[in-house]
Amino acid sequence: MTDETTLDALIDAGTTALGIPMREEWRQAVRMHLAISLGHARAVLDADIPDGLDPAPVFRA
Amino acid sequence: MTATQIAAAVRQVGATAVIADCLARIERLNPVLNAFTTITADRARAKAARLDAAIAAGTPPGPLVGVPFAVKNLIDVAGIPTLAGSKINRNHPPAAFDAPLVRRLETAGAILVGALNMGEYAYDFTGENAHDGPSRNPHDPARMTGGSSGGSGAAVGGALVPLALGSDTNGSIRVPASFCGVFGLKPTFGRLTRAGSFPFVSSLDHLGPLARSVADLAVAYDAMQGHDPDDPVCAERPVEPVVPVLDSGIAGLRIAAADGYFRAGASPEALAALDTVAAALGAGTVTIPDAQRARSAAYVITTTEGAALHLHRLRARPDDFDPDVRDRLIAGALVPAAAVTQAQKFRRAYREQVLRLFDRVDAILAPATPCVAPLIGQKTFVLDGGEMPLRPNIGVYTQPISFIGLPVVAVPLPTAAGLPIGVQVIAAPWREDIALRIARALEAGGVARVAG
Repeated sequence: MTDETTLDALIDAGTTALGIPMREEWRQAVRMHLAISLGHARAVLDADIPDGLDPAPVFRA
Repeated sequence: MTATQIAAAVRQVGATAVIADCLARIERLNPVLNAFTTITADRARAKAARLDAAIAAGTPPGPLVGVPFAVKNLIDVAGIPTLAGSKINRNHPPAAFDAPLVRRLETAGAILVGALNMGEYAYDFTGENAHDGPSRNPHDPARMTGGSSGGSGAAVGGALVPLALGSDTNGSIRVPASFCGVFGLKPTFGRLTRAGSFPFVSSLDHLGPLARSVADLAVAYDAMQGHDPDDPVCAERPVEPVVPVLDSGIAGLRIAAADGYFRAGASPEALAALDTVAAALGAGTVTIPDAQRARSAAYVITTTEGAALHLHRLRARPDDFDPDVRDRLIAGALVPAAAVTQAQKFRRAYREQVLRLFDRVDAILAPATPCVAPLIGQKTFVLDGGEMPLRPNIGVYTQPISFIGLPVVAVPLPTAAGLPIGVQVIAAPWREDIALRIARALEAGGVARVAG
């Protein structure tokens, strides 16, 4: 999910949904950082993580 | 002079004279290094006068008596706004109280002389700042200090102060320690209270000291230890002083240099420094499994938690951000939540894997940075044969370590390039004593040293 069209669609939908006033002059840098971040996200999502593993932060009431 | 040398001499010379010398040096060198954003001269002089009076009255001095120190400007200093490197926080009211770590250092006799420049909201490895200008490397002002504790690196590296506090989420103490050629301690996650500091990534934020000797790190660290209920992450552990064991040597310690991921992409200077330290310690080798993915998971948690923290500011005042920070945070806000939860689950699995290594070794060595300090303004560098964006990638070797909160001492070495570089000495959780003992042995042997 790193081609420009897909990234731009995510940028437009996401910033609209979150209420971030996106400017065209920021797009190239945001797109570059989003591609990097999604690359790291893919590395995490591709990991074989057991269903039963608790996330690192454990809340105690 | 180092902090411990100043503390030893202050009875003879007086804290007032120490502070006068320190403020004069700051006035002379700060216009070049741009390390300080606030100089608390009146406060420092008043504290020095009180200390001199107390010494004259026979009050036993603390271990840091008369030692000037400064703190990254995300740490609360009573009476000034906590900037966290930003323009936006300039509108915040002044901090009502000093942060607990400031209070603890001052209780030990140290004297705060100011607040230090940093990358905006700590989201950089460069020490650059669009609002305050870049902090500049004391070994070459055209070069980066590294960040985000850039002012801390510049102030200690330039000997404006012998001791500074920084924060480290993904490498922000260890990177400037490497580029500026000083010692830095990132303690175990949860060891030192973060109360009274402006957050970046609660899951990963640490505070810690930078100094010009290992003894100074140890004395400051001991003064700052202790549980604090005001930081929910701060562990309920007793104070475990390291000063008494600092010079106990390294006989019997099993030390190994990380291979694989931690050598790929490193510059000749970084590899030479790592190999020099490994040879001096008689280190073997060890493979940290899944380090690449650990770095990715730290990256995902950082960018998403950072984006969540700043979302209301991104909505309301996007033009008041440093553009280099704003554009990364906007991207972070768009990363799917599933990746964040999986990153936190992977964090637990990775922790279990790495802790098993500590059954076989007591400490692991790794480069602190892939290269010596780049030029200010440089946007890309060559990493593992490819041209990469600089800002997101300087922490390639520090991120997989802080991701699971391991304690690390960054030790400085000279390089053939004429600029310093750091090596990480990494220990098991809560074993800062081991990392500091090894760093002390490297310093005593002349292997690790502060240049200039």
